[in-house]
Formats: sequence, C-alpha cells, structure tokens
Amino acid sequence: MSDSYDVPISIKMKHIGELIVQDKRLDGRGLLDYRDIKVETGIIGKANGSALVSLGNTKILTGVKIETGPPFPDTPEEGVLTVSAELVPLASPTFEAGPPNEESIELARVVDRGIRESKAIDVRKLCLIPGKMVFVVYVDIYVLDHDGNLFDTAALASMLALTTAKMREFELKDGEVFYKDDLVSLPLQNHVFEVTMAKIGDKLVVDPSLEEESAVDAQITIAVDDEGNICATQKSKTGSFMPKEVIEAVKIAQNKAAELREKVLGGLS
Amino acid sequence: MSKKSEKLINKEGVRTDGRKFDELRPIRIEIGTLERADGSAYIEWGKNKILAAVYGPREVHPRHLALPDRALFRCRYHMAPFSTEERKNPAPSRREIELSKVIRDSVEPAVFTELFPRTGIDVFIEVLQSDGGTRCAGITATSLALADAGIPLRDLIVACAAGKIDGQIVLDLDEPEDQKGQADLPVAISPRTGEITLLQMDGIMSSDEYEKALNLAMDGCRQVHSMQREALKKKYATEEEGAKGEGEGEVKNE
Repeated sequence: MSDSYDVPISIKMKHIGELIVQDKRLDGRGLLDYRDIKVETGIIGKANGSALVSLGNTKILTGVKIETGPPFPDTPEEGVLTVSAELVPLASPTFEAGPPNEESIELARVVDRGIRESKAIDVRKLCLIPGKMVFVVYVDIYVLDHDGNLFDTAALASMLALTTAKMREFELKDGEVFYKDDLVSLPLQNHVFEVTMAKIGDKLVVDPSLEEESAVDAQITIAVDDEGNICATQKSKTGSFMPKEVIEAVKIAQNKAAELREKVLGGLS
Repeated sequence: MSKKSEKLINKEGVRTDGRKFDELRPIRIEIGTLERADGSAYIEWGKNKILAAVYGPREVHPRHLALPDRALFRCRYHMAPFSTEERKNPAPSRREIELSKVIRDSVEPAVFTELFPRTGIDVFIEVLQSDGGTRCAGITATSLALADAGIPLRDLIVACAAGKIDGQIVLDLDEPEDQKGQADLPVAISPRTGEITLLQMDGIMSSDEYEKALNLAMDGCRQVHSMQREALKKKYATEEEGAKGEGEGEVKNE
C-alpha cells in the first residue's frame, strides 16, 4: 500500500536501506519487533462485538454484527461469515470515499481467509433451520488511522471482536426462533493471527510501518492458528521472494503469532 | 474449502482424474489466437479454457493515470458467466478484483515498463471455462501474450499450484480437489532467477507440509515453463517458414 503522496520518501528510502545493513530500523525497533499494541474491546454497545486495535499509530476498529439470513446453497447447515473492509477517508490523505477498491477488497479477503480457513468460528453451530435460516456474522473492518501494516492490525481487531462478541441465547420451537435474555459467546474453536513481513535488502522485518511499506517492494502476510499451522498466505506488492526467504518467513510468523496470542488473548480472559 | 469425507485419493495413490501426486493436468498452449489484440495466448489446462490478450503500449485512458517514468501496467481477470457450474454474475466480484491485483503484481516485475513512459499496457484475462487453478493458468497465458505483443520481458513468469488433499501434498489441484481438499498454494515464479512473484495460500498446513508444497509447486512451474518456451519457439518457427495456419505455436504435454 504505497504512498505517492509522501514526496521526501525517496530520501527516507535510502536511509532505511542504510540502517537495515546494521539491523536497525527508522523507529529504533529490532527487525522482528512489533510496534506497541493497544487493545480495547466492547466499545461499540450496538455491535455484538467490537475491538479497537492500535499497532503504533495504525488504528483499526472492527465491529461484529450477528443477524439471521439464508445460508449458501452449497452449505445449507452452516452459518455465514462476511468480512468487509472500509478504508475510511479520514484515515489517510490517499484514501478516497467511494465503493471498495482493490486495496480494501484485498484487505478484507486476506482477513477473511485467515478466519475462515482456521475454522475459528464453528459455523455448524450457527445453523437455525437447515437450508433456510442461519446466523450471518458480519465482520466490518474500519481503518481509522493508516500508518502501515493494515493486514495484521485488521486481523487482530477482527479476531478480538469475534472473541468478545455476545449474542442472545436462542431456542428453536416448531421451526421458529425464540430469543432469551441471556447472552452467549460465538462458538469459537480456534484463533488466527496474521503476521506481515516486508523485505528490505535481504532482510525480513516484521510489522512494517507506512514509511517502510513505501520503501519496499515485497511483503508477505502469513496467518497462523493456535496449533502453529499455516492457514493463509498473501504476497503483496510487485517484488519477489526467494524460496528460502518464504520458509524463513513461515518460521518467524509462527513465533510472532504465538507472541501475539499470549499478549492479547491473555489479557481478555 | 470444506472438509468432507469423500475420497480424493484411492488406495493405489491415484487421484480422482487418474493422476499421480506430482502429475500436472494436460496442458495445451496456443499463441496469437486473437487477431485484433497486440498479443494473445490461449491455454487449456485440464478443463480450464482461458484467453489472455495484451493491448499496448498505447495511450492511457484516463490520461491522468499516465506515469512519467514508465508504462502503466493494468490487468483485468474476469470470468465468463457460463464458465462456472452455476451462472456467474458478469459484474466483477471481489474475488476477481483481488485476483486482478495479485496477477498484475506477479507479472509486472518481468515487464520493462520503463522503456515505455507515459503509455499503458493492458492485459485482459477471460476465463471461458474454469476448473480450479485459473489464476495460475491466467498468469502463464499472460506472459505468452506479452511476449506475442513484442513487449520486452526480463523473464516468462509462470505459475502452478500445489496443495493438500486427503492429507497428501499434491501438484496442480483441479476443481473438486480445490473444493474438497485441505489447502491450495498457488505460486508464480520467474524461472530464470527462481524468485517467487505470486504466493497465496488458503487451507491448513503445517510448516513442513508448506515447505514441501512450495517446492512441488515450483517444480510444476518449471515443467509448465518448458511448455511455454516450446510454444513460443514453435510459433516463431512457423512464421519464419511462412507456413502460417491453424494450430500455429501450439504445444501439448500429452
């Protein structure tokens, strides 16, 4: 997600390249360090679940709404997961109002893939009337401040919004749904964390800032579940990776995902 | 990708369409299929039938998108409404928009865009019939269409997928394998340097399986690459001999 808006970037690009030789980064972080992570959940009362996550200066709010609707014809007994992302114009001088563009679609689909493929939500438990009515889980990603690494921030905010989401308990009687007053959590059975790395020179750096993203031409995002399995990958930008760099990225992602899990999920329960 | 108990590999280790774990589907490549386009290629890969066309370098519309130092490289991946089991709405889906982006990102590094400042190079990929692995077949055809258009390239980008079905790592998933299997890992490479220019994955794999699948996919890429080269050579050999006609530059792997 490059930024032609930032003119002095070519000067910084050179500097970023010079620093990386000494294993240093512009903001003083180590190559594999995340920026400060701040997490707030349950801040939107009208949503079933919500989470505001900051990764350094990048800020993303995800809201989860759970409604009923028809299932997909090929999965009549499974609930539906829908992920959308909005690059709100207040988040960056380069974002414009309008229908979803390439960048926001890619963001939503990469987050979607991680949640879906890790089977984080047990969608079979979201079926009300097979073939007719299921719960539809809407995950809406709202980018509020763009300072790089939207993938990891959005994935984290979405995972946390889902983890803390509450829905009314329900009962089925004669094909009709009756809601009770008690609140229950979504049926979750796994968690997924996405780790993005940028290639600067011949090194991989975790959690690239916007300045770093503008300076590099290859990034890779890897989604890792609770067991350390890989559930999704996306190479982005026009650059390339050598196979051994991909293998290295997988190892780094497994370690960083475990770290993220401990940091954010530990604080919730 | 949903897990179902239907068997994709039988006891003898043979896949539903009779292939071995490391075997590609039949591939047929044709270059210069379309008359009006500056360059074009047609690929049949299993039941996939895909056309790629290149227009340009040409004037950019809208003009303000033109770049002062290089050509604007654009890519549109699109599926015909009749290409799928159920009719596909012809409006570009979110999937098609994402694929257009990753295909562009994977092919552009091989194009000498800096030789054509202020112009546009447009790639159009039309999936006429889909059978799993359309992005890989599309990328493979795109490189050939670019070469056919006479656009200078650093390399012929080529793509192939590997994946996991019934717990096995296999090459080149077809549609049923993609839908019922456990993971799909499409890869595009620049064969001359071995650089990976497209890498996506969905499904669940351990890191060991991931590495194995990556190597297998790259192996597949190299096999398809030799077919790409052969198709180009054949096309230009027939032109030199002045024997233009049906099936020019056509190559099969059967």
